Amino acid sequence: MSFVSQFKTLASEKTRDLRHRQVIRTALRSYEVVRDKRKAAFQSWESARQAAAETKWEAINHLDTHLEALVAKLEARGTKVHWASNGVQAREIIAQILRDKKARSIIKSKAMTSEEIHLNRALEKEGFTVVESDLGEFIVQLRHEPPYHIVFPSMHLTRGEIKDLFQKELGDAPSDSPEELTMVARRVMRQKYITADVGFTGANFAIAETGMISITENEGNARLTAALPKTMITLLGIEKVLPRFADLALFLPMLATAGAGQPMTCYNTMYSGPRQPGECDGPEEWHVVLLDNRRTELLADAEQRDALHCIRCGACLNVCPIFRNVGGHTYGTTYSGPIGAVITPHLRGLQEWKHLSNASSLCGACTEACPVKIDLHHHLLQNRRNASAAEPAFFERLAYQIFGIVVNEPIFWSLAKKIGWLTQPLQKAVKGSALDPAKAWTKTRDLPPQPRESFKDWWRNRK
Amino acid sequence: MTVTLFIPCFMDALFPRAGISMVEILERLGHRVVCPEEIACCGQPPFNSGYWDEARTIAAPVLEKLKDAEVVVIGSGSCGAMIKKFYPELFKDKPHAKLAKQVAARTWEFSDFLVSKLGVTDLGAKFRHKVTFHDGCHGLRELGIKTAPRALLGKVNGLKFVEMKEESCCGFGGTFSAKFPMISTAMGEVKCAAAAETGADYIVSNDSSCLMHIQGLLSRQGSKLKTIHLAEVLNQQ
Amino acid sequence: MSEREKILGRIREALKVSAPLPGSHGDTAAHASAETPTSHAREWLPSVGVSVEEQFAMFAKNAADLKADFQLLASRDELKAALLKLRDAEKWSRVASHGGEQTDFACKALGLPVTLTDRGYAVQEMEQCDAGITECDVLIAQTGGVVVTNRSAGGRALSVLPPHHVVIARREQLVADLPAAFAFLQQKYSPDYPSMISFITGPSRTGDIERILVLGAHGPKKLTILCV
Repeated sequence: MSFVSQFKTLASEKTRDLRHRQVIRTALRSYEVVRDKRKAAFQSWESARQAAAETKWEAINHLDTHLEALVAKLEARGTKVHWASNGVQAREIIAQILRDKKARSIIKSKAMTSEEIHLNRALEKEGFTVVESDLGEFIVQLRHEPPYHIVFPSMHLTRGEIKDLFQKELGDAPSDSPEELTMVARRVMRQKYITADVGFTGANFAIAETGMISITENEGNARLTAALPKTMITLLGIEKVLPRFADLALFLPMLATAGAGQPMTCYNTMYSGPRQPGECDGPEEWHVVLLDNRRTELLADAEQRDALHCIRCGACLNVCPIFRNVGGHTYGTTYSGPIGAVITPHLRGLQEWKHLSNASSLCGACTEACPVKIDLHHHLLQNRRNASAAEPAFFERLAYQIFGIVVNEPIFWSLAKKIGWLTQPLQKAVKGSALDPAKAWTKTRDLPPQPRESFKDWWRNRK
Repeated sequence: MTVTLFIPCFMDALFPRAGISMVEILERLGHRVVCPEEIACCGQPPFNSGYWDEARTIAAPVLEKLKDAEVVVIGSGSCGAMIKKFYPELFKDKPHAKLAKQVAARTWEFSDFLVSKLGVTDLGAKFRHKVTFHDGCHGLRELGIKTAPRALLGKVNGLKFVEMKEESCCGFGGTFSAKFPMISTAMGEVKCAAAAETGADYIVSNDSSCLMHIQGLLSRQGSKLKTIHLAEVLNQQ
Repeated sequence: MSEREKILGRIREALKVSAPLPGSHGDTAAHASAETPTSHAREWLPSVGVSVEEQFAMFAKNAADLKADFQLLASRDELKAALLKLRDAEKWSRVASHGGEQTDFACKALGLPVTLTDRGYAVQEMEQCDAGITECDVLIAQTGGVVVTNRSAGGRALSVLPPHHVVIARREQLVADLPAAFAFLQQKYSPDYPSMISFITGPSRTGDIERILVLGAHGPKKLTILCV
C-alpha cells in the first residue's frame, strides 16, 4: 500500500472513532487552559515570538559558523563529536561506540531524532537492550508502537489502558491512578539507571557561543541518564543550534509555555563536556552525533528554510484540527502535525509524502501558534505547488484548465449554471450511490440546493 | 463612492441572496455598485491544489477587470484573502506583479469594508433570533477579521449573540472537502457540535463556502440549526 | 572528504541564497540590529517586581505553585531547627551531601550518617540515602526555581537521585529573572563552565498520562529550599 493510501485508510478509521476524538479533546483542553494562562503572563508574547524567530533565523542562516564554533568548544573539553550525513551513518556510529564499550544495557531519554533514524530497532537487532526511560516513551515501547505526539508520546491512552498494559507487561499495576502508575515506572527504572553502561540522550538546543547541549525535561530521567552511566551519547539534528547562552533565557520559557503550558519545565540542563578533572561524577566519555539526514536539502529551499527553526514544541500539533481528528499515528512518519506535513516531503521525498501537505484546510492555526513564527500553512501550499509543477496529475490539471475556460467566458459559465440547475433532480436520484459524481461530498453531507436565478441573472434582470 | 462588488463563483450559483443583500446594503448607504459580469472566479481552487499556472489563467483577467476599480468588495473571507494576500504571491516576478499589488491594496472583505473603511456599524437591521458566528479561517487569519462582524451584529435589533466555546476550522478548505472527505466531515461535526452547544438558532458567517459545508452536515443530521450569511442578516429591515 | 566537510559544504552551498527575515513579508531584509534579538527578553517575559521583598514574594508564590517547599529563615538557628524538623517528619536515616559552607553546617546539624560525593561515591550507597542536600548558585524569582551546577552542588546525581532534594541557599543568591540568572552564570564561570548546569524548577513531574501533571517521576518527589 502506498503511503497516501495508508494515510487515507487510517484517517477514515480514526475520524470515525468518537472515543479517540473525545480522549484527545479532553487531553488538549487541559493543555489549552494552562497554555493560555502562561502566554498571558508574558508581558509581550508577540515580541518574544519575533525575537525567537529572528534568533533562529540568525542561527540557521549562519549554520556553518555556529556549528564550527559549537564543535570546537565541545572538542576542547574532551567531547568526541561525530558527523552523520544520514540515518545509516548515525546508526553505525552509535552501534560502533556500543561495540567498543562492550555495552550491554542502554538507558535512553527522549529523542525524536532517534525515532527518525529508527535507532532502537537497529540496536536491538544487534543484541543490545534499549530501555526508554521517559514515561511516555516507556509506555509506547511496551506497546510496540511509535510515539503518538512529539512531546506527549502516550496522550492517546487512558489511565485504564496504561494500567492494563502495566499489568500485562510488568505484572505491576496497583490501580489506574496516574500517580501510582508513575511510581511503577519509577521503580522499574531505578536499577536500570544505576546499572546501565551507556546513557543516550537527544537535545533541545545546542549553544554555539559556549559549546553546550541543552536538554529540557520534566521527569529527571535525562539528568539521570547523563549522570550515572560511564558513557554518554547525544544525538541531535544540525538545526538545533542557538547562537548564544543568553538566548536560552527566552527559549526555555517559550518552549515550556507553547509545548506544555508550563512556565518552565522541571529540569533544563546544559552540558559542556564529559566529566572534567576535579568533578566527582558524570560520564567518562561523551559522544555527540550531529545528524544531517536531508536537513541540508530543506536548508537549500530558501522559501521554506524557516521550517528548520522548529524547536519541536508540539504547539502546532496541539492546535491542528487535522491532527486532533486523525491522531499522530495516522501520519505514518516520525514528525506529525503541521510541522511534519511541511518537512516530511523534504526529508523523505516530495511525491511520496505530498499527501501530508494536501491533507489540510490551510486554516493557519499552526502558523499562529508557532513560537518561532514558521510560516507553516503557507509552506503546505508551496509543497503543493512544487509537487504539481514537478509531476502534474493529468486529469486534475485538465479539470482546472477546463474550469478556467468556463469561468473566464460568461457564456460558458451561464451554460454551466444552467446545466447544474437542470441536472439537480438527477443528482437527487443518485445521491450517495456509486453513480454519484459528488459522492465524496454526499456520503456525509447534503448538497446545497441551487436556486433557479443566480446572482448574475438577478443583476442582469435589474438593468 | 463606486463599489466594485466581486461575486465569487459559488455565491453566484448557489447563494445569490447573500450577494443581493450586499448590493442593497451598499446602495442604501448611498454608494454606486457595479458587478463586472465577465469574471466569475478568483482562481483559488487550482491555486490551493498547487496548479499556479492554471490559477494565473483565471486570476489575470480578474486583475484586468478590476484594474480601474475605486474599491473592490468581496463577501467572502477566502476569496478576499485570495485577492488581497495571495495574488501578489501568485504573480511575484510575473507581468501582473505590480497590478496584483495595486488591486490587493484596494480590496476589502465586506464586513471589514463597512466597519473599517466606511466607519458604519449600524445598518438599521432587525433579526430577532439567537445567533452565533463562525469565523472563516482565511478571513480570520489571512485578513485579520474578527471584530468587524461582531460589531455589525451587535447593532442588529433584537439579535442575541452568543460566542462558540471553541474556535476551529469548519473543515471545508475548498477541494480538501472532496479530497479528504472523512477528515473534513469530522472537523465539521466538531464545529456543528460547538454551534449546537450555544443554543443558537442560526450560525452566521462571512463565508458562504464554510456555511455550505456546515449546512450540508446539519441537514444530514436533521438539525434544527440554520445557517445564514452575514450580509443577509444585516439586510433584514 | 570527511562527513564533516561534506555536511559543512552542503550548508555553505545552501546558504548562498538568502532567506527572508521573519515578519518581513517575503522581502529579504538586511540584519540591521547590532543588539542581539533576545537582549530585551526581560521586557517580554513575565514581570517580576522591583524590590527584593517583591521578588522574594514572587519566588515564594512560584515555588508554592510548583509544590516546592520554600522557607525563608532568619538565622542559622532557624535553619538548624528547620532541618531537624524535616529529619524527624520524613524519618531520614541517611543523607547524601557535598562539602561547602552551608552543607557542612547542615550535615553537622542533622547528626546523621552522610554520603559525601566530593571524592567520588558508590551509587548504590547514594541510592540508600533519604535526601540529597546541596547548595546552589542562584534562586530565580521569576520562576521559583534554583540553579545548580555539578561544581557547586556535589556532582550530577546528588540533586536528582535521592527522593528528597534539599537546597541550602543564602538570601543574596536571589536574582530577579532568567536573563539575570544566565548573566550571573556567564560572569561567574566563563570560559571554564562546570560540565553540568541545571535549572531546577520544582520537584520532578510528568504529564504523560492523559496530560495530567503528576509529581515525583524519576527525579526527587520533594524539593525543599531553605534560604537564610
